[in-house]
Amino acid sequence: MKIRAQVAMVLNLDKCIGCHTCSVTCKNVWTSRQGMEYAWFNNVETKPGVGYPKDWENQRRWRGGWERKKNGKITPKQGGRLAILAKIFANPHLPEIDDYYEPFTFDYEHLQKAPELQTSPVARPLSLVTGRTMEKIEWGPNWEEILGGEFDKRSQDYNFEAVQKDIYGQFENTFMMYLPRLCEHCLNPSCVASCPSGSIYKREEDGIVLIDQDKCRGWRMCVSGCPYKKIYYNWTTGKAEKCIFCYPRIEAGQPTVCSETCVGRIRYLGVLLYDADGIAQAAATESEQDLYEEQLKLFLDPNDPEIAARASADGVPDAWIEAARRSPAYKMAVDWKIAFPLHPEYRTLPMVWYVPPLSPIQSHANAGAIEAVGDIPDVRSLRIPVRYLANLLTAGAEAPIVSALERMLAMRVYFRQRQLGEGGGDAVLAQVGLSVSQVEEMHRYLSIANYEDRFVIPTSHREQAEDAYGLRGSCGFSFGNGCDSGAPHSTLFGGQMGRRKLTPVRP
Amino acid sequence: MLSSSYVNTFLFGIYPYICLVVLLIGSLIRFDREPYTWKSDSSQILRKRQLRLGSNLFHYGVITVIFGHFVGFLAPHWMVDWALDAASHQLLAMVIGGIAGVVAIIGLTILIHRRLADPRIRLNSRKWDIAITLMLWLQLALGLLTVPLSARHMDGSMFVTLTDYVKGVVTLDGSAAALMIGVPLTYKLHILLGFTLFLVSPFTRMIHIWSGAGVISYLFRPYQIVRTPKTRARESRS
Repeated sequence: MKIRAQVAMVLNLDKCIGCHTCSVTCKNVWTSRQGMEYAWFNNVETKPGVGYPKDWENQRRWRGGWERKKNGKITPKQGGRLAILAKIFANPHLPEIDDYYEPFTFDYEHLQKAPELQTSPVARPLSLVTGRTMEKIEWGPNWEEILGGEFDKRSQDYNFEAVQKDIYGQFENTFMMYLPRLCEHCLNPSCVASCPSGSIYKREEDGIVLIDQDKCRGWRMCVSGCPYKKIYYNWTTGKAEKCIFCYPRIEAGQPTVCSETCVGRIRYLGVLLYDADGIAQAAATESEQDLYEEQLKLFLDPNDPEIAARASADGVPDAWIEAARRSPAYKMAVDWKIAFPLHPEYRTLPMVWYVPPLSPIQSHANAGAIEAVGDIPDVRSLRIPVRYLANLLTAGAEAPIVSALERMLAMRVYFRQRQLGEGGGDAVLAQVGLSVSQVEEMHRYLSIANYEDRFVIPTSHREQAEDAYGLRGSCGFSFGNGCDSGAPHSTLFGGQMGRRKLTPVRP
Repeated sequence: MLSSSYVNTFLFGIYPYICLVVLLIGSLIRFDREPYTWKSDSSQILRKRQLRLGSNLFHYGVITVIFGHFVGFLAPHWMVDWALDAASHQLLAMVIGGIAGVVAIIGLTILIHRRLADPRIRLNSRKWDIAITLMLWLQLALGLLTVPLSARHMDGSMFVTLTDYVKGVVTLDGSAAALMIGVPLTYKLHILLGFTLFLVSPFTRMIHIWSGAGVISYLFRPYQIVRTPKTRARESRS
């Protein structure tokens, strides 16, 4: 056993209001640069929908993630090492920019400079790829916002697998939920495995997966290798870029920008201790539906003195073990079992987990007698089909999702009964297997969601790894080429692609 | 003009070394000082169409051609002579090189069309992106022109002269340039443009060839890479 620590994230989808504050603040900080206009390290999708890039969950098409061979070993789904090298000249599974969307701005200048016209001037869209006027914007980063577009197209959603989807196209039965997505900082990342230059790596001390920008050669195998399509090719610098989990902030003990700015307070950051030696075996689990449970077994109990001693011996700092004991991620994933990995069937063992959302009772169930199990309404009468959530979070296994939804419902019933003096609520807790102290803690974390409960991030110990004296007065974070702050400058050695200027067509 | 003795010595005796030195030192400086600019500069994300066919044809063709040149010109006599005489060696080079050259030039023509005709690629290309592809096309064309030229003398004598010249350059033999006097112009242009490609390589996307060779190490590494704080500090300092 080799114990390592990772700062993991949990998103409580039950409280996501789809405001996109996470996406916008992230964009402003990390990807508001030429070549990255189309890239969103964090985006929020309305489900059901094909998402961004289109149809990203369909790995028969994009070949992301891992595949289990008959001999029990796993290899990247896009091919083993030789197959990947053979495809290096043209990656057959690389999305085109139109699969994301052609990035655009508007000809705002025209509004100020237009001569006197019979009609008021309009700002026509301009492509940020060619700089030319676009006739029509065909797709955007969030085209399906709040069920935009026809159901026919949205229902191509991969999570409708084994769901009788036709009835959900009817107005009375429609359902939706938000899904904020970012890099999963997986335990078994397939982007790392796909990189011919070996430029992508996982940091041992906090599990953050990063791309060494000086080592990346732009072979773009990671873009297709990542099943979550969360690596983006910057077409002006020719390098791949991805969510960096705001590592400069994490190192300083601060939450990521998306978590810090989350209006709904749905994001949680906490340390998980895991067994690094068990990763390969867990990822190669035979049945896809067991992958969630197998990954759960990798997380170790920081309250166990033996585990703590072992972690300490393996180099995990004491402050991190202490943080792991107070970790909201551990409580939600392991103690209460209400958080799940996104698409465990990709076998990457993702480390950004989701609490499934509750939804209103279906109207037909409402009209008649609500089917109830004990004091809890039957979760199968909720609008969002359990199978849909299971396809999203447990590779189709419904039991863990049902149990999580019942626990969340039971918490509400318990507190309602207590508030209204309708009895102790002990029966409902016994039904879902929670204790009073557990449900009170769940209520504090999920409903109150205090800042210091949501974010338990120990500072990193850089003084042990780096020469702090030498770093004094240096530039800190930069985009290569020393201390330059802005875009990399043009040099004798070629600078960057993308010399386009905006060339609007005006009346 | 190319046949005057002074010019001949410069072009075939000195210019090759200028080119090779710039290639090696230039690449080294770029690798060491400007690693962020070191990349393959793929434009596949902007337009997939044509790339799969063009790029695969060109790259597999041109890699065969380059390996052919290395083996054909640099293999010492004792490695080849027991199996092939000069004439059959020439024939082999013409057949393999000819086929691979045709494959490569078809691919490159598709790629040039894609680069120039698609506004997304055209507007985002640097001058050198276009110049280098045109230079490569010309070089492939010149190389293919030597095939019918060689067919006129199948005895292998010209082949031996050129092989000795290339070996002379590589082994720092100052008298090698003299061998080029009297060689037909097409061969001379092919050789000069070839060295010129070496000359401009460090300043263009051509440096990705080095990395293309480097990715062989991918075959021998484990899938997962974990960097500890200590190894990371070492990497960032280097």
